[in-house]
Amino acid sequence: MVNTMMDTWAITKRNLLRYIRLPQLLFFSSIQPVIFLTLFNFVFGGALGQNSPYGAYINYLLPGIMIQTTLFGSLNTGIGLAEDMGKGIIDRFRSLPLSRAAVMAGRTMSDMLRNVVVMAIMFIVGTIYGFRFMNGFLPAIMMFVTALIFSFSISWVAAFVGLTVKDSETAQLAGFVFIFPLTFASSAFVPVQYMPGWLQAFANNQPVTHAVNAARSFALGSPMNSAFWYLLAWVAGILLIFVPLSIWRYRKS
Amino acid sequence: MSKAFEANNVNITFDGNIKALVNVSLAAEEGKIFGLLGPNGAGKTTLVRMLSTLLKPDSGSLKVLGIDVVAEAEKVRESIGLAGQYAAVDEFLTGRENLYMVGRLYHMSHKAAKKRADEILEEFNLVEAGNRQVKTYSGGMRRRLDLGASLVSKPKMLFLDEPTTGLDPRTRLELWEVIRNLVKEGTSILLTTQYLEEADELADKIAVIDHGSVIAEGTSKELKNKLGGDVVEFKVSKSNEVNKAISAITKIAAKDPTIEENNIVVPVKNGPKGLLEVVRALDTNKISLQTISLHEPSLDDVFLALTGERAKDQTIQKSKKREVPRG
Repeated sequence: MVNTMMDTWAITKRNLLRYIRLPQLLFFSSIQPVIFLTLFNFVFGGALGQNSPYGAYINYLLPGIMIQTTLFGSLNTGIGLAEDMGKGIIDRFRSLPLSRAAVMAGRTMSDMLRNVVVMAIMFIVGTIYGFRFMNGFLPAIMMFVTALIFSFSISWVAAFVGLTVKDSETAQLAGFVFIFPLTFASSAFVPVQYMPGWLQAFANNQPVTHAVNAARSFALGSPMNSAFWYLLAWVAGILLIFVPLSIWRYRKS
Repeated sequence: MSKAFEANNVNITFDGNIKALVNVSLAAEEGKIFGLLGPNGAGKTTLVRMLSTLLKPDSGSLKVLGIDVVAEAEKVRESIGLAGQYAAVDEFLTGRENLYMVGRLYHMSHKAAKKRADEILEEFNLVEAGNRQVKTYSGGMRRRLDLGASLVSKPKMLFLDEPTTGLDPRTRLELWEVIRNLVKEGTSILLTTQYLEEADELADKIAVIDHGSVIAEGTSKELKNKLGGDVVEFKVSKSNEVNKAISAITKIAAKDPTIEENNIVVPVKNGPKGLLEVVRALDTNKISLQTISLHEPSLDDVFLALTGERAKDQTIQKSKKREVPRG
């Protein structure tokens, strides 16, 4: 156990160093969500913010777009692992006596830490656009925690995809294919009630909606909410399936 | 003497039907260099990947330093080092950081990993470059760092998969020196290569592998003796003189000459003397030549003699998946 943690930390550190050494990557991966936030706020805000129960559209938007952005961030896990595989670095790791989970755990950890940075930037920009927490400090923290644990679990799905497709471009495309429908057919940008019935059925029962609703409740509504418990169940389920699956993939790669 | 590694009747098939290794049985003594020689795609990398716990055989058994590779993979990983065809080092880390990370992954303490990184940088002449990101390194420096990374834990068994492929001659010689020194310190090495010259220079024993099967095994001298020593290679100007040339030199040839269009390869016992004899015989018979040379048998010649074919690239082109044997 101690070894697993040490190994995971060594890998995490390596991935973080890469992010720091590639300032362009960090810059563009932070600027992208800011552009999203700006576009959604000013393009849709006027039309959609009219009868929002939370005041300005930015209040409605920020928790949703934070979930979306961190999910896209978690796709990096798959891209990074596929890249390492192509360069033979995974082979080296596999020939070392390190814990079988460490390479993926280190990657999901470093991507989570990167998401923390991205969330901080979005929060600052959102605040400039008028976003305000309505429930005080702890629920505010819980909004960030919600985004983090959910994106962490999706990181493990991305890890499995990356180790399976073994090619970074394919990993990126494969990630988009499942993240796009999940984020747009959810309550992230518009209320689910305006969607056609069949889509509502999907949107109401998929994890992104639970995550967005939970984050939004923590930020703006009633802090203790069932969405968060649904989300926890999803996160636990996803981890239970995809942690062993990606370890299995890694061992077989 | 105990064995550095052993393979017994190892078989593996990829994608359902491509036989990558067929009944491979090999054994190497400890403290020596074992050379695995063969063209691209013959199965060299596949065997290395199996011995280094990256790939499981369909059947057969593998042992490294007496430990079963499949049953006790974890234990094997503690005592091996692997340096592959690609320099598997992180471009964005410095040389020192790469080595330190590997040390930590071997569960060394912070202090020990740091010390070992310094030692290796020193040993591989990378001290000055140690704090630079690897992306600024030359090909040879990367390869040295990669080799260094495989030595962090002072492994007793080292796998070097085509360590010099793609390197310039000077860097190749440097690397040969490093490899020789490792053996002096008691490391057992399995080295794969496409170059007979390299196997000849370094390996105490050589196995030749072709289409996943071992087709010859022995010391470099034994292998060359199979060819009858050096070879004289010449090309006749007129194709209708090939037969005439063959009959002129049959008495000189140590073994049957091989013919490819106008090109004739004649194994001879004593190189320079053989060359003179061939020249004399051809001259007496007034056969005009385009080229003639005397050289040590190359991998090509060994292959020609053993299989009747040239050493062609055997990589399976059909699929680009990683599992395809690379060497």
